[in-house]
This record gives sequence, C-alpha cells and structure tokens, in this order.
Amino acid sequence: MLTYVLSRLLTFIPTFIGVTLISFSFIRALPGDPIVVMAGERGISQERYLELQQQFGFDRPIAVQFWDYLTGVLHGDLGSSFVTKRPVWDEFFALFPATLELSVCAMIFAVFLGLPAGVIAAVNRGKLFDRLLMSTALVGYSMPIFWWALLLIIVFSGNLGWTPVSGRIDLIYYFPNPTGFMLIDSIASGQSGAFLSAVRHLVLPTIVLGTIPLAVIARQTRSAMLEVLGEDYIRTARAKGMSPFRINGIHAVRNALIPVITVIGLSVGTLLAGAILTETIFSWPGIGKWMVDSIFRRDYPVVQGGLLLIAVMVMVVNLTVDVLYGVINPKIRKR
Amino acid sequence: MSLKNVVAAGLLMAVMGSAASAQSLVYCSEGSPEGFDPALYTAGTTFDASSHPIYNRLAEFKVGTTETIPGLAESWEVSEDGLKITFNLRRGVKFHSNDMFTPTRDFNADDVIFSFDRQGNPDNPYNKVSGGTWEYFSSMSMPDLIKSIEKVDDYTVVFNLTRPEAPIIANMAMDFASIMSKEYADAMLEAGTPEMLNQAPIGTGPFVFQAYQKDAVIRYLRNDDYWGDKAKVESLIFAITPDASVRYQKVQAGECHVMAYPNPADVQAMKDSDDIVVMEQEGLNVGYLAYNTKVAPFDNPKVRKALNMAIDKQAIIDVVFQGSGQIAKNPIPPTMWSYNDDVRDDPYDPEAAKKMLEEEGVSDLSMKIWAMPVQRPYNPNARRMAELMQEDFAKVGVNVEIVSYEWGEYLERSKAEDRDGAVLLGWTGDNGDPDNFLAVLLGCDAVGGSNRAQWCNEDFDKLTTEAKTLSSQEKRADLYRQAQVIFKEQAPWATIAHSVVFMVMRPEVEGYVVHPLGGHIFDQVGLSQ
Repeated sequence: MLTYVLSRLLTFIPTFIGVTLISFSFIRALPGDPIVVMAGERGISQERYLELQQQFGFDRPIAVQFWDYLTGVLHGDLGSSFVTKRPVWDEFFALFPATLELSVCAMIFAVFLGLPAGVIAAVNRGKLFDRLLMSTALVGYSMPIFWWALLLIIVFSGNLGWTPVSGRIDLIYYFPNPTGFMLIDSIASGQSGAFLSAVRHLVLPTIVLGTIPLAVIARQTRSAMLEVLGEDYIRTARAKGMSPFRINGIHAVRNALIPVITVIGLSVGTLLAGAILTETIFSWPGIGKWMVDSIFRRDYPVVQGGLLLIAVMVMVVNLTVDVLYGVINPKIRKR
Repeated sequence: MSLKNVVAAGLLMAVMGSAASAQSLVYCSEGSPEGFDPALYTAGTTFDASSHPIYNRLAEFKVGTTETIPGLAESWEVSEDGLKITFNLRRGVKFHSNDMFTPTRDFNADDVIFSFDRQGNPDNPYNKVSGGTWEYFSSMSMPDLIKSIEKVDDYTVVFNLTRPEAPIIANMAMDFASIMSKEYADAMLEAGTPEMLNQAPIGTGPFVFQAYQKDAVIRYLRNDDYWGDKAKVESLIFAITPDASVRYQKVQAGECHVMAYPNPADVQAMKDSDDIVVMEQEGLNVGYLAYNTKVAPFDNPKVRKALNMAIDKQAIIDVVFQGSGQIAKNPIPPTMWSYNDDVRDDPYDPEAAKKMLEEEGVSDLSMKIWAMPVQRPYNPNARRMAELMQEDFAKVGVNVEIVSYEWGEYLERSKAEDRDGAVLLGWTGDNGDPDNFLAVLLGCDAVGGSNRAQWCNEDFDKLTTEAKTLSSQEKRADLYRQAQVIFKEQAPWATIAHSVVFMVMRPEVEGYVVHPLGGHIFDQVGLSQ
C-alpha cells in the first residue's frame, strides 16, 4: 500500500509542473493587458505604463518570468495580487475554509441521500419509486443553479422566513475566526445561538451545491447496484436464503461502491472549483468568486496561484479515492 | 431538552429574523473593497468602504451636491496669480486608534504633506508599499501640477502649483486625497509592517474601522471623538452581497437596511412595496457615441448632426436602460454646476436626417459602430445599444457593422486617430468639476487619448482652457455654458444617456441622501425605532 501511495505521489511532479505552465500561459494568452484593464476609461500615460510594466516584471522575457514564478512557487511564494496587493497565499487561506466547509456539507448531503436513494431504486427497479427517483434526479441534474438557488431563497427565506437569505452567520455575532470554519469557530466563540445561526446559514447553499452531485450519485449507485444484483454470488446468496437486507445492504452495496466512489471523487474536484455560482448567490466568501473576479481583472498572480492550489487539492482528493478503492476492495489492494 | 423543545427553539430563532441590533446600520454592498487606502485604488466600491467612513480630506463634497466645503482645512486662500493655495488646517482633530497604534498628537501639517508626498515622491518609503500605483494621483495630473507642498507651521500648508488650476480644490475633496496619519505610517514602517496602512486603516473620519472579512463583512464603530457631526448609529456594517436579487431579498427580510444597484427590472416592484423606499437621482455620468471627426465623411459636422437625428434615444432608454436612464443632450450630466439647460437636443427625425445626408452628398454610407464588451452604469448593454442604432441608421440608408474587442484592447484601439468607426463609450465624473468632462474628453490635448472623437475645436478649447484658470465659479460656469453650445453645434458625439441611480432602503432608515458623485455615505443616516 505504501509503495502504491508513493508511486502515485511521484506522478504528482509532472502534473504539478504541467499545471504551473498551463495556468501561467493560459491567463497570458487571454487578450487584455492587466495594466490597461486596471486603468479603465481613464487611460494611462506611456511613461506610467512602462513604469508599471517594470514594477510588475512584464518587461522581462516570458521565459524569465516563468522561471521566476516557478522558483517562487517552489519556495512557497505565489506572489501578490495586483489588485489587493496582498500575498496570494494569505488570500487563498482566508477564503478556502469557507469553500471547504460548504463543499464538505454539500458532499455529505449528496452522499447520505444519494446512496440510499440509488440502492432503494435499484432494488425496486421499474416500480413507482424507481421511476419517480430517476426523473427527479434528471431534473436535479439539469436544473440551472442560479434559478434553483433564487427559488429556494424566495420560498424559504422570503415567504416562509425559515432560513436567512445569505451570508455565513447573523451579523449580531462577532468573534475571531481562527480556523475559518464557521461551524467550529461559532462553537469555540462560546456565544449562545452562534452555532445554530451558522447551521441555518448553511442549509440552503448546501442543498443548492449538493443537488447535482446528489443526482449523479443516486443515478450512479442505481446502475452499479443493478449490475451487481445480476451477479452469480447474489443469486447464490438468495438461494441460500440470506435475508434481503444482508444481500442488498452488505454484499451488493459494498461491491457497487467502487464506481460510486469514483464519481464522488470526481465531484469533489468540481465542488471545490465549481462552487462559483452558489458562492456568488449566497454571498459565501469562498475561492470560486475570488478566482472569477481575478480572471476578469487579469490579476495574473491570483489566477496562477489559485489554479495551482485548486489543482493540488484535486490531486490529493484523487489520491485519497485511489487509496479508498484499496480499503473497500481487497483485490485492488493486493494487486 | 426534548425534540419538541429543540424544534420550537429553532423556529423561534427563525421567526426572530436576523437583522443586527437597532443601533447598527447594515448596508448590503455589492463587492469587496480592494483595500482600505483609497489612494491606491480607483473603484467606487473601495471608496465606499474606505474614504467615506474612515477618512477626511482637506476639502469635502457637501453630501448630495458637487459643491466643495471645508473639511480638515477650515479655509483656504488662492493667490492672485493662482499659483499658490494656502490651507488653514483644523485644530483638535483626533486620529483613530487600534491594537497596534494609539496617536500621541492631533492631526497637523505633517499628515497633509505625508499623504501627498508618498504618492508623488519616489523616495518616500511608502511610495512602493502595497505596490503603490497611485492611479488617481497621476490621472488627475497631480505630478505635473504640484511643484511643492510647504509646511508654514503646524496648521498652515501651502501648495505651490506649476500653473493656475481652478479644479484643484475639487481634487482635494477626491478620495485619493484622503489624509492619512504620518505618525501611524512611521510606526508601521518601524514595526516592519507598512502594508497595515492599507489593511488596518487609521483615519480621522466619522467611523473607526473594526474588522474585515473578504467577500463577507466589514465592521465599523462610531468615532466618538469625531470633529464634525457625530455618526447617528453606533455601528456600521457592510454585508457584502454581490448578487442584486439577493440584496433585494435581504432588504425585504430585514437583513439589510440599505442596498445599492438594484436590477432595473426589480425597481417597479420595489416602488410598489410598502416596506421599501426607493430614492433616485441622475448619475454623474454620460454615455455617448463618439464619431471619428478626423475621418471623412464624419469630419463634416452636418453629417454627424444628421446621424444624431437618426437615433431614437427614447427607445434606447426604454430597452437598454429599462427606465434607469435619462436622455442626454449635453456632454455633462444635469446634476453638475454649469449644465446648460437651454441647449436644445437634436430632434429624432429620420426623414430630415436622410435629407441632410443627401444634401451633404453622402449616399451608400457604411460605417462601424464599436460596442463595449462590458457593462457600465452609463451603458448597461452596449451590444444591444449598437443593434438599436444599426436599425436606426438603416432607416436613413446608412449600413452599420458592429465590432467589439476585449475591454483592454477596446480602450487602447479606440484611441487611434485613424480609427475606423464610431465608438460607444462613456465617463463617470471624478470630482464634480465640469473640466473633468469637457477638457478631459473633448480638449485638444486629449486627442489620441481620452478624446475618442479626435475632435479639436479651437473655440471650444479656448473656453475650457480659460475656465480652468479662473477662480470664480460663476465666471467659469458661464464659459462652460458657452462651450456646451459649441459642442452641440459641432456634434462630435451623439450624447445618449445619463444613468439614473437608485438607492433602496427600508422605511426605518432616516436621513439618507443620494450623493451625485456616486459614493454611499452613512455618517448622517439613522434608524427610527
């Protein structure tokens, strides 16, 4: 197992260099000079332009710029945002916990509802529940996030008043955020009601962000289960007179999990990088919106650094998924 | 606690809603500030969060007008030749304090000199801090204009200028001219954390900065030592909410008291609601179509005039602005002093326009219209606007091709003196001075730069140049009014629209004034119980 993990870690190196190169060159390939974009309608004098070019290092050959960036990255220096002038590293870690907290909640929501739903649908193949579930999943998968989020806000926050409209916690609560995870910090603050408020603020964004993964997981679980349920050993188990709960709940599910785990792993990547719409609507201070704003402003250091960090996260998640395969299926572990 | 009690407690929390306490004013702002040192940035969102609550300037704009009134300078005198301005500073003004710093002295001349020196002097230790680019300082020509700043005594500062320049007082009221504490700057430099000037701001303003979480919330407390009228609320909170529909929901739910930039489509419903108050005012901006007056046949004023008459501006206001705009007839907005209301706009008359073009010998004309790729208050949808103009021009026999470029490219390419086509663009005022529109956008010096019409008219230029050297606002206004008449006759642009700015708030909000310069200012805003 250890050699397996180590060999997987080695493949990180070329991926890492590739991501660095791609993020560096893609943002530069976009038309639009960051200095001109920064100056806007007001324009900028040639003299000032050259001065800023020098300050940002754009006057040097592109290869030199890349080399400087790469050595910087290896020393843990991702540069500073052109706009806020703050180190990319600081900005990322100030915002990332919010994205992570929301993504984890959305994932838990999707897995805890999606897995059982998929299993039940497979066991009741062709029956009303199965049809109902699969059509709901299709709707969930194809629903525009923006519309879905606003609909939930209007119904649950506007009309019913059950949940707050947006944000991470009620503004009356004010405490330091050492971890950046509101659920943890609200408990640590010791202020009564703070935790409950943080939970209430999480409900709608979790549902919105979790909807697509929920639909995907439910569908994937159903089809994987159907495949497994047709296997010989399941028939044997049935013939032995084993209870349906043991057959479906233990033997079948465990074997159906491999493709489901793959889907979950892939969804985590999309969740981390793809929370942009959810974050914008719910005023959720995460990295999705930060990245998009930076692309529009041609804030090179943020786009490069942010992409790199997200790529690293996705690589780590993929590795974890691979390790999980081994835990679930001993055949893979021994291979 | 039984399950029933837990549910009941949850419901109670839900019913209680979540507006902060009555002493806090919550403003749903549209985005995060870039930082808190206004001289480093140019965005209105940044100024709302920094210069307005935290800082003061030598002169201030009277809220709700473009007039300048005394700020940290109690008074000022301009020398006869206009080259020397003496500011008499206010005494007993206290700077804020925070965990890292407690001031030992009141505001004085050293703070004024530091605030400008750091922007203009490359040897000042703060010149390069936080990647200082000092955009406004240079775009308002401060480096060429200010020869030196002298301290006469602790409470008297003299600005020596290279040329007489009337708008400089208005410039002193701009955000980039906010006064910072030199003592704090020195302390942070010594501590090795000069970037704190931008991240943990210290000013003299009505609110003291308390905390900021990017993309989430900014908190301020009332400055009880404030030299002017103290703020009406104990604390001010910016709940950063980028989506306009969500801001609207938050105001309805009582999670915010005030919001800006509603979706134009929501404004009617807001006005109809009893729980929401909508204020409106023309914005300090203008959206225009600039012909290239150096290229035939657009070098002929009659051709430009004829095209202007072919544009159905009301349709543009209805479709593109969805009512959140007003037809523009002058290059400056109506809220600005010297606006010439006697100028008559070119009437919408396609028949007459067609005839005029024929008289000028123009037939089978093909032209390009450049449509901006971005949204701006003065033009929310340039593509749609260009399409409407395309239809209008087709009616007078002019064939239009619409072109667009990425925003940075667009700004660069549209400056070219041999540019092919008319450009849709606009401008938002910086300092409320007409010079900031008329000279910057239409002066001969700006040809090949911000004068996208490439239009240089001697009579017009003479008026605006002279107006800049006079200190009497009345005389200046007279010259600017004449300049607007020449502009309308010569028609280097088709003036399209001024946006209308809406501010949305709950009925308990008292004393909010819409500021024509675009800032959102809360020190005199209170909440009724």
